Amino acid sequence: MTINLRQSGIYVAFALIVVLFAFLTDGALLQPQNISNIIVQNSYVLILAIGMILVIIGGHIDLSVGSTVALTGAICAVLTVHWGLPWPIAVLLTLIAGAIIGAAQGYWIAYFGIPAFIVTLAGMLVFRALTLTTLGNQGIGPFPDEIRSLSNGFTGGYLGNIGLGPLGGADLVSLLAGVACIAGFALSQWRKRAARLGYGQTVDPMPVFVLKIVGAGVVVLAVVVQLARFRNLPWVLVLLAALALGYSLMASNSVFGRHIYSIGGNLQAATLSGVKVKAVTFWVFVNMGALAALAGVIFAGRLNQAGPTAGTAFELDAIAAAFIGGAAVQGGVGKVVGAITGGLIMGVINNGMSLIGAPSERVMLVKGLVLLAAVAYDVWTKRRA
Amino acid sequence: MSDEILAMRGITKRFAGVTALHEVTLTVRRGEIHAICGENGAGKSTLMKVLSGVHPHGSYEGDIVFNGEPCEFHGIRDSERKGIVIIHQELALCGQLSVAENLFLGNERARRGFIDWNRTNHDAQALLDRVGLRENPTTPVNDLGVGKQQLVEIAKALSKEVSLLILDEPTAALNDDDSQHLLDLLDGLRDQGITSVIISHKLNEVTRIADTVTVLRDGKTIETLPADGLSEERIIAGMVGRDLEHRFPPRTPDIGDEVLRVEDWTVHSPAQPDRVIVDNATLSIRRGEIVGLAGLMGAGRTELAMSVFGRSYGTNISGRVLKNGVVINTRTVQEAIRHGLAYVSEDRKRYGLNLIEGVQRNVSAAALRKLATRGWVNENEEFSVAERFRRSMGIRTPAVSTQVGTLSGGNQQKVVLAKWMFTDPDVLILDEPTRGIDVGAKYEIYSIINDLAAQGRAVLVISSELPELLGLCDRIYALSEGRITGEVPRAEATQELLMQYMTRGQGS
Repeated sequence: MTINLRQSGIYVAFALIVVLFAFLTDGALLQPQNISNIIVQNSYVLILAIGMILVIIGGHIDLSVGSTVALTGAICAVLTVHWGLPWPIAVLLTLIAGAIIGAAQGYWIAYFGIPAFIVTLAGMLVFRALTLTTLGNQGIGPFPDEIRSLSNGFTGGYLGNIGLGPLGGADLVSLLAGVACIAGFALSQWRKRAARLGYGQTVDPMPVFVLKIVGAGVVVLAVVVQLARFRNLPWVLVLLAALALGYSLMASNSVFGRHIYSIGGNLQAATLSGVKVKAVTFWVFVNMGALAALAGVIFAGRLNQAGPTAGTAFELDAIAAAFIGGAAVQGGVGKVVGAITGGLIMGVINNGMSLIGAPSERVMLVKGLVLLAAVAYDVWTKRRA
Repeated sequence: MSDEILAMRGITKRFAGVTALHEVTLTVRRGEIHAICGENGAGKSTLMKVLSGVHPHGSYEGDIVFNGEPCEFHGIRDSERKGIVIIHQELALCGQLSVAENLFLGNERARRGFIDWNRTNHDAQALLDRVGLRENPTTPVNDLGVGKQQLVEIAKALSKEVSLLILDEPTAALNDDDSQHLLDLLDGLRDQGITSVIISHKLNEVTRIADTVTVLRDGKTIETLPADGLSEERIIAGMVGRDLEHRFPPRTPDIGDEVLRVEDWTVHSPAQPDRVIVDNATLSIRRGEIVGLAGLMGAGRTELAMSVFGRSYGTNISGRVLKNGVVINTRTVQEAIRHGLAYVSEDRKRYGLNLIEGVQRNVSAAALRKLATRGWVNENEEFSVAERFRRSMGIRTPAVSTQVGTLSGGNQQKVVLAKWMFTDPDVLILDEPTRGIDVGAKYEIYSIINDLAAQGRAVLVISSELPELLGLCDRIYALSEGRITGEVPRAEATQELLMQYMTRGQGS
């Protein structure tokens, strides 16, 4: 029971925070446009959090991601605005640049044995400096429309709207996508359950199983309906959903993902079990760099300009998201979905408090205390177990 | 004052519904050495934690009477103030600090908040003399061997004006020489009026040194016996509740051709590259054979094994490894595993297991690719593999998803063995496979080792316990100062002969 409590605590906390702010803002938090805003405004932190949770599971940390966001945003700006490259090629090259940044840091960490804290602290300074050099100390913009719509845009209303009675009109494509998601989720869970039963493993009893799927379905559907009533699905949400799904599967079911957990759990045991510890660590940082580049493109596209101060303190938000989401400082523990939930908790606090007109210093205060409380709760449940 | 220094009466301690101690009684006479014996999980350590205040008064039932007065300890500081000091199995020393700093940690020789270094080092020297440790008090503790660190711990206890010294498995990590010295020291302390309680799995030491033996089983006091004339078999009978006539399962060896041969193997210390740790060693193992490797602590046994297994230890390594007569490359752990080698470390918590993961993920850790197609792990298949090993090896765990860190030592060792068996190795190197494991579980581990040999695998067992090697192996190599000094077939092997080889060349 304690293990369950520890794992599900974060989701319960998220639900409570949402309910609290929905109440405090007289429902403004859950208005269609606001839900859309929360997703779009936090998308880059959530993307960073996905990479960061893997780094932290591996027992490391990355302080350079904020600077990497700035540098890759600048690179993308130069490629599109100055060089006039087509946007898909520019984005691809930017992602490769991010991977190279990650590889450079990963080399020192994995193969040279310098603690990640030091390497990425150096990277934080170096890449910020390179950003200023690349930009020539001024912002570059505007970006091509395609990149801007990746950050800010919405899927088209290809099939028109349908009426939802008192809720008014809503985009049919968005609704269908939402229903397809839920159906896919239910089907995969069902098949997983059937396979587990086939192997004689214990599974949730049928009522609990159904309740979980219905619960998840209701939440997803509610969000999708609100979005469909506003301006359809944000493109960045589609991207995030794909990343969340892909990385969750990778972390829990791939050999590579499992090796990250084993390295974070016990480095020496992993080494003596034949895990290629250095290579795995290296690739975790390459991946972090590439995801930071993706966040860099989206952030620059959102502001429609690559600026020298872009991404400042993003690393702290990403790290906080991972720890609120249940990662352990020693490594070896954590989930991609947890990190995303952690990021959303901070996003909802940010958004909710600004809706009720709280000054920014109070928002910072609350976020700090929430981070402390989340980790304290984790330590407390671990001690009780 | 009464003859009894300590009486614990009717001690009952429960953890979340599990009764760890049930009405335990322990009476220790002044100035004796009192041994507590019992299998792992019998409640020995819990009892000592109750005594020293780690489990505070109120969290257990029963009375503690020390020096004639009832005691209610709320923490270690309370019990230490009364003169009860406990030395744990895992030493609690700060490696970077000097011997003297460690001795007075939390009890500094200071004047107005500033350390008085002259008095610190002077007092430290006096304590070191008392435990017979000839080292400079300013030496960092890391530079000392485990045996000497153990003496530092005892010196630290003496600095607190101890009247009852509790030692939890004091010789578990020591070689025979250091153990000998430690036991002599306890003898000496007894003459100075210090009472000791020792918890030990090494029954030969218990019968040698103890005046009284208390046996615990399943959280209950079974018996308290005078040690005079007490045999190891008698103690074991009390510990396991049955007459364990055969400590080793029977086995008929079926030995085939040579599988692994290590030739002219030389290894240098990574810390001091000019120091030879393994010196021109040559050894071989055949199909279905169990070969022992005997040596004192520091002889280079683990270093030899780990250097062969993917060069996990040492620098400037030379020599050849042959499998089935062909030279193989074992430069990386991956290569070694690919060639069918497996190494089970002596320190399973540090080198063998991911303690925060479950049994299932630990069992698959060394051969995850066998469960994967195109990089994706089949978790259901993984589950059934773990289930198979749980049943076949008798791993006692609530479920295969249970965290390995919560299992007992014997079951953890079975998980490590299962992990390596799943790689389907031809050669297994087992480094101290029964360290810190109770008698009953040892028998099970021996059975598993016999099974491995019966399947046609070659097994190399490294052990500090000579009776274990004699009971298990077909052939035994002796290692001394990095050199193979002897090779003895089972029929000719005796403890005396092995000890001769193991000490050959020392001091010369």
